[in-house]
Amino acid sequence: MGISLTTAAADHIQRNLDSRGSGEGIRLGVRTNGCSGLSYVFEFVDEVDTSDVVFESSDVKLFIDPKSLVYLDGTELDFVKEGLNEGFQFNNPNAKGACGCGESFNV
Amino acid sequence: MALLQISEPGQSPAPHQRRIAVGIDLGTTHSLVATVRSGSAQTLADENGEHLLPSVVHYSGDGTVLVGAAAAEFAASDSSNTLVSVKRHMGRAAGDTASAYGSGQLQSSSGGNNAEGSEGSNSAEDSNSAEGSDSAEGSNSAEDSASGMVKFETVAGLISPVQASAQILAALAARAESALDGPLEGAVITVPAYFDDAQRQATKDAATLAGIKVLRLLNEPTAAAVAYGLDQGAEGVVAIYDLGGGTFDISILRLNRGVFEVLATGGDSALGGDDIDRALADYLCEQAGQPVLDDLNRQRQWLIEARRVKEALSDSDLVEASVDDWRGEVSRNQLNTLAKPFVAKTLRACKRALRDAGIGKEVAEIGSVVLVGGSTRMPLVRQQVAEFFALEPLLSIDPDRVVAVGAALQADVLVGNKPGDEMLLLDVIPLSLGIETMGGLTEKIIHRNTTIPVMRAQEFTTFKDGQTAMAVHVVQGERELVSDCRSLARFELRGIPPMLAGAAKVQVSYQVDADGLLSVSARETATGVEARIDVKPSYGLDDGEITRLLEDSYEHAREDMGVRALREQQVEADRLIEDLSAALATQGKALLDEDEYHCLDVGLQELAAVRKSSEDHRPLQSEIERLAHLSETFAARRMDAAIKKAMTGHRLEEFEGPA
Repeated sequence: MGISLTTAAADHIQRNLDSRGSGEGIRLGVRTNGCSGLSYVFEFVDEVDTSDVVFESSDVKLFIDPKSLVYLDGTELDFVKEGLNEGFQFNNPNAKGACGCGESFNV
Repeated sequence: MALLQISEPGQSPAPHQRRIAVGIDLGTTHSLVATVRSGSAQTLADENGEHLLPSVVHYSGDGTVLVGAAAAEFAASDSSNTLVSVKRHMGRAAGDTASAYGSGQLQSSSGGNNAEGSEGSNSAEDSNSAEGSDSAEGSNSAEDSASGMVKFETVAGLISPVQASAQILAALAARAESALDGPLEGAVITVPAYFDDAQRQATKDAATLAGIKVLRLLNEPTAAAVAYGLDQGAEGVVAIYDLGGGTFDISILRLNRGVFEVLATGGDSALGGDDIDRALADYLCEQAGQPVLDDLNRQRQWLIEARRVKEALSDSDLVEASVDDWRGEVSRNQLNTLAKPFVAKTLRACKRALRDAGIGKEVAEIGSVVLVGGSTRMPLVRQQVAEFFALEPLLSIDPDRVVAVGAALQADVLVGNKPGDEMLLLDVIPLSLGIETMGGLTEKIIHRNTTIPVMRAQEFTTFKDGQTAMAVHVVQGERELVSDCRSLARFELRGIPPMLAGAAKVQVSYQVDADGLLSVSARETATGVEARIDVKPSYGLDDGEITRLLEDSYEHAREDMGVRALREQQVEADRLIEDLSAALATQGKALLDEDEYHCLDVGLQELAAVRKSSEDHRPLQSEIERLAHLSETFAARRMDAAIKKAMTGHRLEEFEGPA
């Protein structure tokens, strides 16, 4: 299993990292809050935690703490455009339900 | 399904917590909206991929309002209902604009633009014929009798520049909300550094009308500097060179402890790339053997081709031009020759601005030069600016978008999407804000160089027994005497319940918001009666006045201190004289024997004499102390008498309170 990126997502992350000028990669994670129980963490990484699990997909490093990984294993991260809106989307097979906004989910 | 953006480490928002904030560059010819997504600021495009929204609004009889490119299509065919360049009229009375501003439109002003002899710089002065074309909207502008502000007559009725700007802002807000998929929390809107109170307020009004919460108005040059991260960099002086289609602005800023201070602004509200287009169009006509064109549409055709050729010459050395069946070529050198007088004119304005900023010939003091505006894409402009400032200008960010990008970065911070106080661009109060107290003294409430927004309150009390009103006089300046400061506003707090002097508590609050707007309120704490006033201090003074007021305060520091001390003692003496005279008149005979009475009476007269004659606070102070000491026994007896009176007719138990 693990975590994967679509080409669009990888390109976009790489571009963002380049324009930011620093950062080891991207951190994915979950936090226990939000209207449906869990919400995603999606951040640049400046400092790597030794306990992080690292995936590499299309030359982009993804860092995930082991606790979050159980909720995210098998997730494919995509970058999509919906009309004028654009952003990243977690295609997470573990998520059973999500709130209407999609920012929060449960397993 | 909400789409996620990459956050800074530790900054992933809780669901529904991401606040959508944008930066809006509300320009004369074009407007843009930008936001921070995944850590970088970017302008937002419309459905057609266009980032620049033409600042044009078209009104139709059926109530339809078009904004942007769709509105611009009516510029020629229905010019009286198509408002362009309304920014030039923001916050302006009808009389101001006609003379001070010309329109930068593609207009019939080519007659004065004789490109011949363009080698000399003085021809640039002559070719500025904007007065002749005093704007399409100028002809249908009307004065609103109530406010005296400019309004335009359209089929949809009288439209103010504020209303038209609100349409542009609303269109950008709608674009942002659909691009960011959520309600807009607020916006940072940019304004020229030279905008005065009325113009800034008009911009705010337009935003309010469009339903946008203004997080802050930001000076355009400051926004450009922020876009390049100069606010994070070393302290120093920054020059912002902004050459657009119809306007040129030069701003000299100084970054000092994270705050940009505007040292000087300059420019020309009728100078820009459009002038170069006209010069090139005339040149093309000449090459084609065309007579001077009086047909507007034909003129437009040549202008459009001229603009295309000019833009293409930024990337090539030779470009083919063609209008109808005429074919020709224009070299970059030829364009440069045509454009040079205009660029020279901008550089003269730069020189003036540097002089105003007190930098003069020391161009070396300038740490960075930022290029803004589409016309700075011309290689000639870049090269000449680099030469003038002896510095490679910053140009990596699209010069059309750089202001919006800076505004977006600022909006992101203000709305709380960034941690802590990182990059919180602050403005400071240039001069202290104070209140007049007894004796014509200034009591400073907010000191100079305090960062805004800020709110400070101070408690004051009544000076006389039974005083029911208090005058609040708001002043600005560093000097100790009100007469040496600048008066900003006066108002009265009425309805204070009659009490003994010093018993009422009046809380006076000074609040300065992020845009430098001051509001002052006075509130009597017991009854809650309140009075308030809004004033706008910080834009009312120019740099020269601020400097003068400051220097005065340094120069007169010692003298001011002495005057202040004397005034304070005079106030104290007056209070004592008034209190004691009143007490002697009412209770003196009853509570004092003849000697005691006489002694105090003489003391009073002596104090009054010293109060009148003394130019120094020290003798007055000792006289006050002497009389205060003399009257201590009298004060004690009055106290006893008052208590006795209060207790007479009551039983002791009544004072012990409920068991």
